[in-house]
Amino acid sequence: MMDRKQCIVKLFVQPSRGLVDEKFIILVQKAPPGYQLTVHALHKCEDGHSWEAFGHYISNAIGTVNVSEDPSLGGTYSGVEQMGLLWSLRPVPGSKPGLRLRKMNVQIPMEVTISVYQGHQTEGFMDQVPLASVVVERWYMAPGVSRIPITEDGLTATLFLPPGPGPFPGLLDLWGGGGQLVEYRASLLASHGIASLALDYLTPKITMETRKMVDLQYFEKAYKILEQHPQVHGSSIGMLGLSLGTSITLKMAAYSEVMKLRCAVCISGSHVQPVDGSMEDILKHFNKNADRTRVSEENEFIWRDLLLPVPSDLAFKVDMGRLKCPLLVVVGEDDQNWPASESAMDMKEMMEQAGNSHLLTVLSYPNAGHLIEPPYTPHARASLFRSMATREKMMALWGGETAAHSLAQEDAWRKLLVFLRENLYSGTNPGTPSLSHL
Amino acid sequence: MSPPTSPILSVQPTRGLVDEKLKVVVESLPPGSPVTLHSLHHSEDEDYWEAFGHYVSDFRGMVSVSEDLSFGGTYTGKEDMGLLWSMRPVPGSRKGLRLRKMNVCSPMLHNISVYSGHVSEGFREQTPLTSVLVERWYMAPGVKRIDIMEKGVRGTLFIPPGPGPFPGLLDMWGGGGGLIEYRSALLASHGYVSLAMDYFNSQELESADLEFKYFETAFNIIKEHPQVIPDRVGMFGLSLGSLVTMHVAAESTIVKPRCCICVSGSHFYPNTFFCIAENNHHVWRDMWIHLLDDPSKKVDVGKINCPILLVNGKDDQNVPADECAEDIALLMNAAGNGHLLSRVLYPDTGHLIEPPYSPHFRASNFKAAGVATKTVMLLWGGQTKPHSDAQEDAWRKILSFLQHNLYSSTPPRAKL
Repeated sequence: MMDRKQCIVKLFVQPSRGLVDEKFIILVQKAPPGYQLTVHALHKCEDGHSWEAFGHYISNAIGTVNVSEDPSLGGTYSGVEQMGLLWSLRPVPGSKPGLRLRKMNVQIPMEVTISVYQGHQTEGFMDQVPLASVVVERWYMAPGVSRIPITEDGLTATLFLPPGPGPFPGLLDLWGGGGQLVEYRASLLASHGIASLALDYLTPKITMETRKMVDLQYFEKAYKILEQHPQVHGSSIGMLGLSLGTSITLKMAAYSEVMKLRCAVCISGSHVQPVDGSMEDILKHFNKNADRTRVSEENEFIWRDLLLPVPSDLAFKVDMGRLKCPLLVVVGEDDQNWPASESAMDMKEMMEQAGNSHLLTVLSYPNAGHLIEPPYTPHARASLFRSMATREKMMALWGGETAAHSLAQEDAWRKLLVFLRENLYSGTNPGTPSLSHL
Repeated sequence: MSPPTSPILSVQPTRGLVDEKLKVVVESLPPGSPVTLHSLHHSEDEDYWEAFGHYVSDFRGMVSVSEDLSFGGTYTGKEDMGLLWSMRPVPGSRKGLRLRKMNVCSPMLHNISVYSGHVSEGFREQTPLTSVLVERWYMAPGVKRIDIMEKGVRGTLFIPPGPGPFPGLLDMWGGGGGLIEYRSALLASHGYVSLAMDYFNSQELESADLEFKYFETAFNIIKEHPQVIPDRVGMFGLSLGSLVTMHVAAESTIVKPRCCICVSGSHFYPNTFFCIAENNHHVWRDMWIHLLDDPSKKVDVGKINCPILLVNGKDDQNVPADECAEDIALLMNAAGNGHLLSRVLYPDTGHLIEPPYSPHFRASNFKAAGVATKTVMLLWGGQTKPHSDAQEDAWRKILSFLQHNLYSSTPPRAKL
């Protein structure tokens, strides 16, 4: 047992306040040489649940551990993993099953306590006193980003504007079938210089009050809000959708007379939908094949077969040949929720036949699941999901193997930012934007 | 209509500690074009401070402040932190301003902007090409701030995050009085339990009666704190605080600091604060020189029993720091404890040796505690660029001195 008074282990985390997509460096110093140590992360989320991650290390000859360079020998992640303490976060033992970590209030940071414990521990961290610990803040909003709730035209949305005079390129940001107004990705994109509008289109105020789903004009109104904003460059607006958000994005990109999108990003989604359908029709179409739902051994629902096989009937998939703007498609090959891979292959074929496949980039990640989130977001292979069809909470299987999924999130985000920057900014002198800190 | 051609400005970190370096890069500029990088700060006192540098983009359309030269502005040359340390009040501001953060629980905000061309004035009337907001913090996340009002001591205690135990520091400013927290907050962010002390408030203490007991009590408050290692408590003083530090280190039979840092201090006891006016700036340095010859007016530094670091500026117009340091060395060598003394003397550096990147002011308004309500313009000295270099170097040396004496497991060198 080390004499606490004589040998004070020092712990540094740089930066102590960073954006959620920034890497950090964790250094442990002044430990005895060749000493077993556990580096531990603890986060208490907004719902009050505790999440933890840890790695097992051995200090070198001068008593140092550098998490970016030294391998973890065990824990919730292994190998050389600079950011493993974040992406391998999982609910502490005894937590209720099916949790998913999502920040709803982006105006305050995620606080993570990083600690060093003696020995290679795997449990009971809360009952021990660490050798050292620091607090790290992880922000979805850079300083100076403005958060503006949007309620005009019956919209339920939030606009995030970067600091500075502008004008900025704009982006419509859509999530999936879970609904709600989810702001974190839009605020992070604004922190990268893109005026982003997070849009609630399944559970907006107007739907909650009238019990009616929004129509397609709802999205066009959101687009107009961006286009007409004095600090947004009206001809430089893109759209990003995940899951069901992909369905809307492709529909708008291909068919909307109002939206003139400069580029589109589709994550974990499909082009399969009734082409002439409203929001309701789209959702009904998915539920038609509800009997194709499978259940895993752990009683998790697998919904990927509901849209399979990809139809050849052109009434049931977006005419990809109509796309006139660059499209980035991101899929996880282990997506158990949507047939994203199969859809991506079909989209590619359609565009090749139509002659516009030069617009398409597909990023396909082996062993990644459905929820391809901003980097270092803890991977949820399954979680409780309130289905729009049944209004019940069910355990949905998203898929993905944690380490591969986390690598996919990191890579996809980097490529997504480059894609957006290239397509939303002028191409005269692109250079290589400095993203080295990501 | 073509998409926006605005350049991309990135400043890292956007939220950093005040002693961390900034990396400022501008991309997507037209190649070989003149631009101005500008920083603007709105102080707690509602004044505006600014700094700016004139740059020319390279042929990739980039400017990197840490690598490129500034051709003009409030700083020139290759200066990665010039946008902070060369800040000065904007034209038209009140005179004699000094920039000090009083509320350390919130960050200092700096607007960093890029303007087209080489601009030297009228920044507020122009629209920059792009700008970002940067936060600079004295307090790292997890540092606890605790008001102290016990045993007659008034101050603020800052405790680093983590279980501890930690070394401690008693942190004292100078004759301006008041409770100045920022250096203690920053020291806590570096792992030291630090007590910022309010000891020179004219309402409560007579200027000439620096109550000995007060400092011993304050020292013990730190020493006895459950998260402090009792034999690893040091003292840190600036200006009058240095005098207190040396006095306690030499004379106290109760407290034994593990090490001492004295910035811009003297070792003789002032009787009163009388002034010599010069160019309407009060210069106090010369009045004290004659006291050097009288041993009864000086701290008996020969009795100091711990490592002591003196940090001084050669152009200190407030205190004859240079001459004092010489005299202290003489006295300590004669007494046989000279091996405990380390000193650094910075050329063209003034009295106010602050944490790095703090703006320099050669003179500022000063309300001398104990001189009724008279505010004078006090000359501190120093030239901006060398003074700023000194602040950066001094802080590094101070942190390594503290690390060596308060954290290292080898005990400090004993008196022979």
